[in-house]
Amino acid sequence: MYVAVKGGEAAIAAAHTLLAKERRGDPAVPELTTDQIREQLALAVDRVMSEGSLYDRDLAPLAIKQARGDLIEAIFLVRAYRSTLPRFGYAQPIDTSAMSIRRRISATFKDLPGGQVLGPTFDYTHRLLDDSLNEVAAEPTAPARRPIADDANAPHVADLLGEQGLIEPNPQATDDAPVADLTRDPLAFPAERDLRLQSLARGDEGLLLALGYSTQRGYGRTHPFAGEIRMGSVEVHLAPEELGFEVPLGTIVVTECEMVNQFKGSAESPPQFTRGYGLTFGHSERKSMSMALVDRALRTRELGEEVVAPAQDEEFVLSHVDNVQATGFVEHLKLPHYVDFQAELQLVRQMRREWEEANRKEAAE
Amino acid sequence: MSTSAVARGFADPVHDSQKVFRRALDAMAHPGRIAQLGTHIEPPAPLFATSASLLLALADYETCVWLDDTLAEVPAIAEFVRFHTGTRLTRARREAEFAVIAEPEHMPPLTAFASGTPEYPDRSTTLIIQVETLANRGWQFTGPGIRECASFSAAPLPPDFPEQLAANRARFPLGVDLIFTTQTEIAALPRTCRIVEAA
Amino acid sequence: MSDAASYNFAYLDEQTKRMIRRALLKAVAIPGYQVPFASREMPMPYGWGTGGVQVTASVLGADDTLKVIDQGSDDTTNAVSIRKFFERTAGIATTTHTSEATVIQTRHRIPEAPLGEGQILVYQVPIPEPLRFLEPRETETRRLHALEDYGLMHVKLYEDIARHGHIATTYAYPVKVDGRYIMDPSPTPKFDNPKMDMCPALQLFGAGREKRIYALPPYTKVVSLDFEDHPFEPTKFDRGCALCGSEGIYLDEVVTDDRGGRMFVCSDTDYCESRRAEATEGGHALHEVPR
Ligand SMILES: [Zn+2]
Repeated sequence: MYVAVKGGEAAIAAAHTLLAKERRGDPAVPELTTDQIREQLALAVDRVMSEGSLYDRDLAPLAIKQARGDLIEAIFLVRAYRSTLPRFGYAQPIDTSAMSIRRRISATFKDLPGGQVLGPTFDYTHRLLDDSLNEVAAEPTAPARRPIADDANAPHVADLLGEQGLIEPNPQATDDAPVADLTRDPLAFPAERDLRLQSLARGDEGLLLALGYSTQRGYGRTHPFAGEIRMGSVEVHLAPEELGFEVPLGTIVVTECEMVNQFKGSAESPPQFTRGYGLTFGHSERKSMSMALVDRALRTRELGEEVVAPAQDEEFVLSHVDNVQATGFVEHLKLPHYVDFQAELQLVRQMRREWEEANRKEAAE
Repeated sequence: MSTSAVARGFADPVHDSQKVFRRALDAMAHPGRIAQLGTHIEPPAPLFATSASLLLALADYETCVWLDDTLAEVPAIAEFVRFHTGTRLTRARREAEFAVIAEPEHMPPLTAFASGTPEYPDRSTTLIIQVETLANRGWQFTGPGIRECASFSAAPLPPDFPEQLAANRARFPLGVDLIFTTQTEIAALPRTCRIVEAA
Repeated sequence: MSDAASYNFAYLDEQTKRMIRRALLKAVAIPGYQVPFASREMPMPYGWGTGGVQVTASVLGADDTLKVIDQGSDDTTNAVSIRKFFERTAGIATTTHTSEATVIQTRHRIPEAPLGEGQILVYQVPIPEPLRFLEPRETETRRLHALEDYGLMHVKLYEDIARHGHIATTYAYPVKVDGRYIMDPSPTPKFDNPKMDMCPALQLFGAGREKRIYALPPYTKVVSLDFEDHPFEPTKFDRGCALCGSEGIYLDEVVTDDRGGRMFVCSDTDYCESRRAEATEGGHALHEVPR
C-alpha cells in the first residue's frame, strides 16, 4: 500500500550532517582557519562585507568558511545576522578626502597633487599561473614605500575640476535631512540618489559589472572617464546627541570611484561634466567603478535625459540588483510546486481532450 | 525630564505588547465587537490604561502621535508616552499615525486627519477615541469582518458622527480607522464599515 | 550567535514586530490592498516563506498553537523547517490538526477542513501583485489599483478564452475583494478560491522579498474574476482519494511506476489521516488501494 512520505525532519537533519562533512573536505588536509581567510582571501572578505552591508573582518571570514566559499551564501549569512543587530546611532559621513591612501589613480590627469599611487593591484600583472604558490612561499618583502606627501594634499580630482566650474558641484548635504535607508523602509519609486546609492552599494557585483559594461557599449552611453579611484582607510565618527562632540569609532578601508562624465549644457547652465559615484567597503575597484557607471546612468531622469537603456531604468535596476533576494527567488523553484503543477496538468489534459474531440468531429464531417 | 516620576509601562513588554496587538487585530477584524483589554499599567489621567496600552504596543520612534488638547495639557501624559514608546508627538493632525482623543464630543472632524493617498491609502491616521460607554446596539453596520449586520454604538460622540462615518466610508480606500476605548474595553470601526442605520 | 535562545521571542526584535503589526492593522482596514512594509532579512532565503514567517512571528503569542503546511502537507521539508524554526525561537505548541491550530502558516493550499472564527491563516506570497505579469512596473500597477483600472486583467482573461476556450489560469487565480481591490490569492490552486469567500477566519498574506502585506478580514466577499458567458469554475477531480475515499477535495498525483501507473491522494495530509482514523473507528473498511 502506498504510504505518504514522512520523516522530513530526519531527512533535513541528515542532509545538514552531510553538508558539514562536505564543507570540511578531506580530513587529512588541515582545516582552514578564519584568520587565513581574512588574511589570504581578503578580497572575498571585502566583497562579503560590502554586499552583506556589515563591516566586520571577523564575521565575513566565518561566513565564507561556513558557506564553503559560496560568496552569495556568505553575504546572505552576514545579512541575516545584521538584521538582528540593534542600532545605537548613526555615524557621521566619512571624509574620503582625509583618507590614509594606499592606492590612488586618475585616468584624467597625468600628474596631480598627491601623485598617482599604484599600490597593491592586479593591474599590469601578467596573468600567468604562478607555480611557486603551490609551495609555501618565502614571505614576500614589501617594497620601500615612496614617502607620500601629507595625505591632506591629495585633493579629489573632481574638486580640482570643480574649482573651475567644469563639473557639476557635489550635492551639499543638509544636516537635518533624513538619509533614506532601504533596510528600514520599503523601497518606493521614484527613488532618490541616496536610496539608489545604498541599493547599488549592497548590490551584486556581477549585475553591476554587466550593467556598467552595457553603458560603455552604447546602452545608455555616458562617456565616462575614471576621474579618480582611491583606496585606503578612513576614520568613522559618531556624534552622540548627549555628548555634543564627535568620538572616533575606528577606521575602515574603503574604495571610492569618481567618474567624470560628459554632459551638454542647457539654456540655464553652461556645459560641464557630470558625476557618477561608487563606494565599497574594503578593496574593490571593479565594484566601485561599476557602481559609479550605473549611478551616473540612473541619474538620467534627474538630468533631464531620456530613459532608453536597462542601466538607466531605476525600477528595473533597483528591483533586481540584490543578489540575496534574487538567489532566494530563483532557488525557491526547488521547493515543491506539485499542487500548482497538478492544477496545470488537469487543465492541459482537459484541453487536449477537447482538442481531440474537435478533431474527431472534423474528420467525421 | 525625570524618569523616576514616569508611571510604569508593561511588566513584560514582549508578551504584553503581543496580547494588546492581538486584541486590536481582533477588534479591527470584527468591527463593532467589544472586547475586554485587561492591562496593569496606570498612565496619568485622563489617558485610559487601554489607550495607553495600544500606544505602548504600536507606537515607537518611527511613528508620530497626536494628542487632543485635553491630553496634551497634562505634561505627565506626554512624558509617559514619550518615555515608554520613544514616539514623536506632533501638533499636526495629518502627520500622525495615531491620534488619541479624550474629549470625543468636541473632537475634530474625521477629515482633519490623514486619510492616505490613492496610491498609498495606508498612510492614514488610526484614531483612538476614549468614550464612556460602548454598546452592541444603536447603529447598524455591514462590511468586511461582519457576517450579516453588527449593532454598535459609542458615547459620547459629536451629533453628526453617523454622517461622518458614512462620509469616511464613501472615500474608500481613503479614510481613517477608529479604535474606541473605555477604561477596560476596546472596539474598532475600520474605514470599511458601511453604516446602514443610524438609529 | 547560533544559539536560538539568544534571540527574541519568535526571532524578530520588538521594533520590527511593531512595524509589521502596524502594517497588519492597515491591511485589515483596507482589504486586498498591498501595504508596503520594511521586510527584514530572515535566516531563511527570500522566496522560501520569509513574508509568512515575519507575519506569523508578529502575531504569535505564547499560548498560540501553530500549524505549518506546504502543498497541503505538514511533512514537506519547508513546512518542517518553518515549524521547527518557531518551536525553537518561540517555544510554542505546534500541531498538524487544522481544528486545533490558532495560527496556520501555509504555502499554496487552504486546508480542506473549514476554518473557524478566531483562527488566523497566514499565506506565504511570492509575487503579491496580481497585475505584475501584465505590467512589470510597480509605479504603474500602483496607479492602476488607485484608479481601480482593471481593464488589463479582463483583457488578459478574455484573450485566454479566445485562444484556449478557457481562462488558462489554474493557480494564483485573481480575486476581487469586497468589490474594490483585485488581489492575488498567492499560488493556491483556483480550487481553493471559494474557501476564501466569507471565510470566518482572518487571512493574512506576507510577501517578504516584495515587502508587502495584505489581508482578508473574516466574512469578506471574495469573488474570482470571470465573465457571464464564462463563469469561474474550480478545478474538479473525476475521482476520490485512493487512501481515504474522500471526494470533492484537492488531490496530489503520485507516479507509482514508469509504465503509466498513477494514483491520486489527498493533498491535505491531515484531512486524509483524520478521514482514515474516523473510518477505522467507525468500523468501516479502509479504501482499497488500486494497484
Ligand atoms: Zn485522502
